[in-house]
Amino acid sequence: MESGIFHTTYRADMVLRRTHAQKARIVLLVAFVLAFPFFASRYGLTLANQVGIATIGAIGLNILVGYTGQISLGQGGFMAVGAYTAGILTARLGMPWYASTLVACLVTALVGAIFGIPSLRLKGLYLAIATLAAQEIIIWVVTHWEVVTGGVDALVVPNPMLFGVQMNTDFRFYWVVWGLAGLTALFTVNLFRTRYGRAFIAIRDQDIAAQVMGVDLFRYKLLAFAISSFFVGLAGALIAHYRNIVTWERFTIDVSVLYLAMIIIGGLGSVSGSFFGAAFMTLLPAALTNMSRALKNSIPVIDAVIPFIQQATFGLVIILFLIFEPEGLRKMWQDLKDYFRLWPFSY
Amino acid sequence: MSLFIQLTLTGLTNGAILALAALGFVLIYKSSDVLNFAQGEFLLVGAYVIFAMVAQIGLSWPIGLLLTVLVSIALGVIIERLVLRPLIGEPVISVIMVTIGLSSLLRAMVSAIWGNQPKAFPPFIASYPVRVLGATVGADRLWAIAIAVVMLGAFSFFFRRAREGIAMRAVADDQLAALSMGISVKRIFAWAWAIAAVTAAFGGAILANIVGVSGDLSGFGLRVFPVVILGGLDSIPGAIIGGVIIGLLEAYTGGYIGQGLNQVLPFVILIFILMIRPYGLMGQEIIERV
Repeated sequence: MESGIFHTTYRADMVLRRTHAQKARIVLLVAFVLAFPFFASRYGLTLANQVGIATIGAIGLNILVGYTGQISLGQGGFMAVGAYTAGILTARLGMPWYASTLVACLVTALVGAIFGIPSLRLKGLYLAIATLAAQEIIIWVVTHWEVVTGGVDALVVPNPMLFGVQMNTDFRFYWVVWGLAGLTALFTVNLFRTRYGRAFIAIRDQDIAAQVMGVDLFRYKLLAFAISSFFVGLAGALIAHYRNIVTWERFTIDVSVLYLAMIIIGGLGSVSGSFFGAAFMTLLPAALTNMSRALKNSIPVIDAVIPFIQQATFGLVIILFLIFEPEGLRKMWQDLKDYFRLWPFSY
Repeated sequence: MSLFIQLTLTGLTNGAILALAALGFVLIYKSSDVLNFAQGEFLLVGAYVIFAMVAQIGLSWPIGLLLTVLVSIALGVIIERLVLRPLIGEPVISVIMVTIGLSSLLRAMVSAIWGNQPKAFPPFIASYPVRVLGATVGADRLWAIAIAVVMLGAFSFFFRRAREGIAMRAVADDQLAALSMGISVKRIFAWAWAIAAVTAAFGGAILANIVGVSGDLSGFGLRVFPVVILGGLDSIPGAIIGGVIIGLLEAYTGGYIGQGLNQVLPFVILIFILMIRPYGLMGQEIIERV
């Protein structure tokens, strides 16, 4: 009967996967991700791709909010920067989609760092409001800079091609999305074992104490904004290439709120939590829509009320999670594992 | 010149409504350190409730208004009790998120009950044109300014003279000291939410009288942020001054420059204010000690 996991060397303490059960689970997870597209339906693949893109965006936001403690309501705006940069470079300049995706990530990182400048003087509520302003300003620029973005009209992006093969079918794009999601997760998990990641966490826990210990606040906060925005921009660029179309309506303040909800419901400061949250918040509306289709014959009015039900559920889920499980789905998963680890003698 | 006066009056009306919404916002922040992202939805709920009382049930204006006030008080108190109180002492982001969740829930409830179509509001102030200094404006706008001024004056008086108002300021200043003086902090929080709902309901009613009731009213909630940051998050006079300044600036840029610049200008101002003077024009500068 084990009472806990104890390390006797620093090396063992830094290992990412410690126990056999953890190693087995990661192997199973990778096997499942690899096998999934071969037995999933087209609808399942579409959902999986949406979850994958949302996971990348949520991990990006979590780096900033969960790990560095800088609240951001500008997620939608930064995603718009990524999506529009990728879309414009490919549609107007004929750049290959993978190149435009990379440039979009870098541009978004730069824009994120610029809007991160107020974070030097502001924190908490005030920073949240400053990033809210960033959101509104970016969307205003997107809708009014018509020469470049096309204004309120949709920007049509050509199909991404690789060696003469169209990549944005659900099956092929699955590999792109989940490959990048895996890399993002791997990078993020490792980021927080380095000096930079540790500095981010120190800033979150007590910024003044971190400064006393030699963490250059301005530099590291901007770096956190840049790294976070890099992945957010990646998510935006992937949306542009997957959907073939970019419109500003996909990147409003509601998107910022949705992503914040993902990382809070999933678990702040956790890569697996980002995935749980992204999956939950993507699949919940889909499940509600399917439920309404199933109930259509018995309750005919359900079609008309389903948008309200979705919106109300969204609000209610956030409130209930914050009141009853503020640490999110990640904590629930942890509790579940603990329960079975000690089963049947859990106390 | 007449354009200038017209824009000034438009700006003052919007500013007055913004100030009413901002007042409740500041009140909640001041007493309980909560940033209420659902303030716009309070406005929305208030406007729809008064619409239901007068246009759908057919009550007379004074009774409808009185019932709306009661409903708003109940709404504020219930929300404080059920949603905010469990989160006392939780991190800032949780409290922000819970009010965002609340705003989503309230909006869904409003559109489930009253639908998504904009509705004409039975005007409680007639909208005949009035000539002021050579410009023509609707009488409803002038009345809106007058009502807002009276409301803001009444609340300022309440905070200066009424027992509950003074207690609220005491709680805002120092919760522990207020507790030891026998003030129930919980009751004051409930008061703050109730008053915020009531002022927002009045703002909603005035706004609906001018533009009609629709789901778009909740968009006013986002416009409150530049106002409160400009005025200072914890200052009631600041909310009023900020509301008027932002309202006027929006009207002037909308009228003279156009291009939708009036939508984004408040947020640009907001960033500058945050960079230069984060505590706003009249707010209290907080010095952080470790």
